[in-house]
Amino acid sequence: MRNLVRIAVAIVVLAAIGIAGLAGYRWLHNDRDVMAADAPASPELVRRGEYLAHAADCVACHQVPGGKPYAGGTPFKLPFGVIYSTNITPDKETGIGTWSDDDFVRALHHGVRKDGRHLYPAFPYTSYTRMSRDDAVAIKAYLFSLEPVHAPAKKNELSFPFNQRWAMAFWNMAFLDARRFRDDPDRKPEQNRGDYVANALGHCGECHTPRNLAFALDDGKEFAGADIQGWRAYNITSDKTFGVGAWTDQQLSDYFAKGHAEGRAAASGPMAEAVEYSTRHLNEGDRNALISYLRIVKAQPGPAGTEIAPDPESLKKSTAWAPPADAAKGDLGRKIFEGACASCHQYDGKGQQTPYAGLAGLRSVNDPDGVNLTMALLQGSDLKDINSGAWMPSFAAYSDVELAAVANYVIGHFSGKQGQVTPEKVAERRKQQ
Amino acid sequence: MTLPIPDVAQPSRRALLQTGGGFALAFFLGVGSARATISARPQPGDAELAAREGATFAPNALIRIDREGPVRLVMPNVEMGQGVYTTEAMLLAEELDVGLDQVIVQHAPPIDALYGTPLLKSQTTGGSTTVRANWMILREAGAVARAMLISAAAEQWGVPAAECVTKAGVVKHAASGRSATYNELAEAAARQQTPEKVGLKDPKDFKLVGKPMRRIDSPSKVDGSAIFGIDIRVPDMQVAYVITCPTAGGTLKSVKEDEARKQPGVKDVIRLPHGVAVTAPNYWAAKKAAEALEIEWDHGPNVDFSTEGLFKALDEASRTGKALVARSDGPLDRKGKTIEAVYQHPILAHAPMEPLNAVVHVRPDACEIWVGSQVPTRAVGAAAKLTGLPEDKIILHNQYLGGGFGRRLEVDSVELAVNIAKQVPYPVKMIWSREHDIRHDIPRTAYLDRVSAVVDDEGYPVVWKDRTCGASVPKRWAPQMLRKDGFDADLTECSDELSYDIPAFHVEWVPHDMPEAIPIGWWRGVGPTHNIFKVEGFVDELAHAAGKDPVEFRRKMLTKNPRPLSVLNKAAEAIGWGEKLPPRVGRGVAFASPFGSHVCAIAEVEVSPRGVIRIRRGVAAIDCGPVMNPNTVEAQIQGGLIFGWTMALFNEITFEKGAVKQSNFHDYRMMRLNETPPIEVHIVKNEGPIGGMGEVGTAIAAPALANAVFAATGVRLRRLPLDPRLLADP
Amino acid sequence: MLTLNVNGEDRSVEVPEDMPLLWVLRDVIGLTGTKFGCGIAQCGACTVHVDGQAVRSCVLPVGELGDAKITTVEAIGATPEGKKIQDAWLAVEVVQCGYCQTGQVMSAAALLRHNPQPTDEDIDAAMSGNICRCGTYVRIRQAIHQAATGKPV
Repeated sequence: MRNLVRIAVAIVVLAAIGIAGLAGYRWLHNDRDVMAADAPASPELVRRGEYLAHAADCVACHQVPGGKPYAGGTPFKLPFGVIYSTNITPDKETGIGTWSDDDFVRALHHGVRKDGRHLYPAFPYTSYTRMSRDDAVAIKAYLFSLEPVHAPAKKNELSFPFNQRWAMAFWNMAFLDARRFRDDPDRKPEQNRGDYVANALGHCGECHTPRNLAFALDDGKEFAGADIQGWRAYNITSDKTFGVGAWTDQQLSDYFAKGHAEGRAAASGPMAEAVEYSTRHLNEGDRNALISYLRIVKAQPGPAGTEIAPDPESLKKSTAWAPPADAAKGDLGRKIFEGACASCHQYDGKGQQTPYAGLAGLRSVNDPDGVNLTMALLQGSDLKDINSGAWMPSFAAYSDVELAAVANYVIGHFSGKQGQVTPEKVAERRKQQ
Repeated sequence: MTLPIPDVAQPSRRALLQTGGGFALAFFLGVGSARATISARPQPGDAELAAREGATFAPNALIRIDREGPVRLVMPNVEMGQGVYTTEAMLLAEELDVGLDQVIVQHAPPIDALYGTPLLKSQTTGGSTTVRANWMILREAGAVARAMLISAAAEQWGVPAAECVTKAGVVKHAASGRSATYNELAEAAARQQTPEKVGLKDPKDFKLVGKPMRRIDSPSKVDGSAIFGIDIRVPDMQVAYVITCPTAGGTLKSVKEDEARKQPGVKDVIRLPHGVAVTAPNYWAAKKAAEALEIEWDHGPNVDFSTEGLFKALDEASRTGKALVARSDGPLDRKGKTIEAVYQHPILAHAPMEPLNAVVHVRPDACEIWVGSQVPTRAVGAAAKLTGLPEDKIILHNQYLGGGFGRRLEVDSVELAVNIAKQVPYPVKMIWSREHDIRHDIPRTAYLDRVSAVVDDEGYPVVWKDRTCGASVPKRWAPQMLRKDGFDADLTECSDELSYDIPAFHVEWVPHDMPEAIPIGWWRGVGPTHNIFKVEGFVDELAHAAGKDPVEFRRKMLTKNPRPLSVLNKAAEAIGWGEKLPPRVGRGVAFASPFGSHVCAIAEVEVSPRGVIRIRRGVAAIDCGPVMNPNTVEAQIQGGLIFGWTMALFNEITFEKGAVKQSNFHDYRMMRLNETPPIEVHIVKNEGPIGGMGEVGTAIAAPALANAVFAATGVRLRRLPLDPRLLADP
Repeated sequence: MLTLNVNGEDRSVEVPEDMPLLWVLRDVIGLTGTKFGCGIAQCGACTVHVDGQAVRSCVLPVGELGDAKITTVEAIGATPEGKKIQDAWLAVEVVQCGYCQTGQVMSAAALLRHNPQPTDEDIDAAMSGNICRCGTYVRIRQAIHQAATGKPV
């Protein structure tokens, strides 16, 4: 997934580790894994590569809305500038058409380009480094089977010293553990496979794992949830209260396949993209493996107050067409809900035209801070490719006061909690868009 | 004569509403009668038209009576919600002496000479002109028909016509006890001479006019049988979905259609100068295919156009531009305390509930069009130009309009549909998506107005100066409306004639055009909607500066003007003006005389500490002279206020990089039922000249609201839409 | 091939499953009383009943309907609440341009079916999703009360 803050790591690290030498740089050139002749691109290899490219969700970052797949151009807006994803189609001039397998593998495993210069870790090589060479080569074979797109890279707009790519070598020394994934013999095979799908390919942790003070992933808190791009990537550990431990296999499977788990979640924002581009393309085996792995991810607690409220009174008293009498009478949030929201979401939490619009049981409406709720209101939500009815427009044209009011109404009505969304918080999230 | 009726199956239609059908337009226009408008008596071409419609008795272009069945009334104007079918039918039926349950109405075919509105010299429904212009003609038309029916009966019975009376579609002769229905008399009536003069009813004898009548179109609109333009279905028709360059004036560079062609049902991909259309058997298939097109645009010359830039330019132009003077009189050099203000008005979309659409079939020898249009003859002209066919080969069937508000005074959608249909052999139903409708509207333009006053010791204005700045609609739409020097009276309508007693006046306009690729159009309430906001806002400012009550302040300036004064008094009395109100609740008054009517609206609002405006109550008083249908008057004021308040609270079209940002009702908001306050409408009876109704409520809405917001918060908002962020309790 | 139950009749239609019910009704079956207004469930012009509940047909993929009973405005007059609503609509003279009114009638009929005596608040909850550009809201509220009570309001 796109990770706007990830590059901020650079700041901290550059300041902290200004003393390291070029040892690490030399070391990576001696990585034995990056020394082989190019593999012939058989149709089977291309097919496998296509599957893996989806699993690794390459297109999420390497395509702009309305642009050509893999042609790059996605801006990553950072506090110290903007960097752009690049063209990874086989165009010889502007893409990776001249890259060898080794070049490609080295980029994935070590974050270094063909020309030897460092990539920024907005490109998740810290995860891809676990990918097997075979899989990496297959992805490359798939990319090389695509039509080349002439799309020159947009020039990054970074200020000094962040525009000094070589400095990433120091960061890598501290935070890049450039080792391939190895099966854990104590686990079942599908759990190992799930780990590989989640971490070597899907790089779930890039969003869902909190970061340490140096902005690197905090391995001790794998999948405990983190904030990213204004959204909250939820706790997806096996915790039954705060994670996905209480979800059934079917619910998890539905979520990966369709972006929707009835009574649990509907993917929005960056996760909707992840479902659209990646998880829905997983085959059943990998989907089940992923579920098996999530079952053994160490349970992590979440913030008190974000538990799913069981059967809130307000919801119990609602029908599809009406909220309980006198509840929130005259409330601004309720008024907005009546006009702009109820047509799809209806009052009993089930969703009107489509179950995707059901709000009962969702974490977004059980979070008193309404983080993802606010973001969904501001940005809308889109799973149209999966289900033509699963789509919500952006309500950013409504004022901060109105959005805060409707968010708090939704939290109150669908979880029985007191929403804490303020117009000021809405304004902050609006800026993060 | 032979009329060019193509061999095309008519869409099925309910009996209530029959289509006018096609006919030879040029035949009527060819005899030099282009400036002629509707008449109570036959006009050249009338008889042929009536014969084509199979009418037995057609005393004029408006009434058809057959051997059986209801009386058919041909509606010269089009129904778009303003109730005109009922009002025009009432006027005809009143003097014809039939009940509304005995008539059906049908859409008129497009012929200026037979169905043109005298005030506009064309078959145009707009500007709140219909009843004002037509009401006496329609009455006379009914009376002419009645007189001929009576004389037919008198002739048959051998009795004096003067002894015959009519009632509910029957002629009776009391002495002989004879009677005959209009149906029975139709044939004989057709042989009668058209009377030179006819007597009209004394208004005290009116059975329909002035009474709250049920609308003629309501039943079909409540059960779903009413046919709007978008509902037309003709055999072999395909639906067209259009994608137009988002940047105004941009053109199509290239389009790759491979993916679109793979979509199920797709029929054709049609290239247009500014976009692409895809046709398929249904809207969904066409839309899906169109969305799969890979289109490259040449964004053209307007990529730098933005609303922000426009307002800067308007500000600059209004300081330095050359003004055209509407009016300058009285002692303008009076010295005293001067008060000034700048008011700003946004670009607005019309957003009628029925997205624009048209069904068009272009054949080698003719072009047939089904559309709901406020300007059917204009649409015919446009189609003739595009197809190269003579106007008498353009057959247009007008339809019910799912909202007009000025949007359907334009024919751009018809032109687009013709351009699509020209390229295919089958009939095409083009339907705009809501997004297309809002992004490619011909919008109401933005204005920036500087207004100032010199006030006397008591604070009343003795010199009033107003300089408006913005673009002219008629410059494109009807250049003949402009004064020789280019002055456009729409720009100062309701700002250069005030009912208030102010001795010196200077009102002028500084033209500032929009980019050529962004044509601007009429929007409900036209000039008055723009001008009254400023005038009544500023009058309120003067009252406040004078430390006077806004109603009292206006009363003082209206003492010499009894008709407006009584309207103001009525509204003030009805709302209980002067009552003590809770904190952050306020009432705002606005008065004006748009479209020949006099209207006063008072809004009561509550503004939350965070600036959210809630309208609690609305009261309006209206004097429109003779009232046709009080039911409609009330509805038009209620709905007009809501239309105007919607604008004031929510509506602004903004351009960024030459493209409209808004797209649908989530970002171009409409007032909803739960935001609507109770609205009382009081009709002030008056025998004076008749006024228009369709736009009055809209024109008066925003200033009443803004003045109420000021009363509630002390914050004067001079820019629409009202920005709630400025109203938060500090 | 899908079979839909529309106004008590089984209709077989050859359409993709993701096609919204609105376009199946209007363009395939030919029931044009249900209107297209926005396509994103923001205006309510396309409201129909599915198993007695008001839904926005413009965003309802037809493949999800199964054997649900669909009622459109063309048949709502045959239901007691539909009839009451239509009568009240005429009595109060709600209609202006009329384009949104079939959707309004459908929303109001559903409201009355579930709640025979709606309060103003109930009306707000059920009717605020239906936009009327002509601004007939004042009379819509009045007509619903009248339909419920049987008495002029």
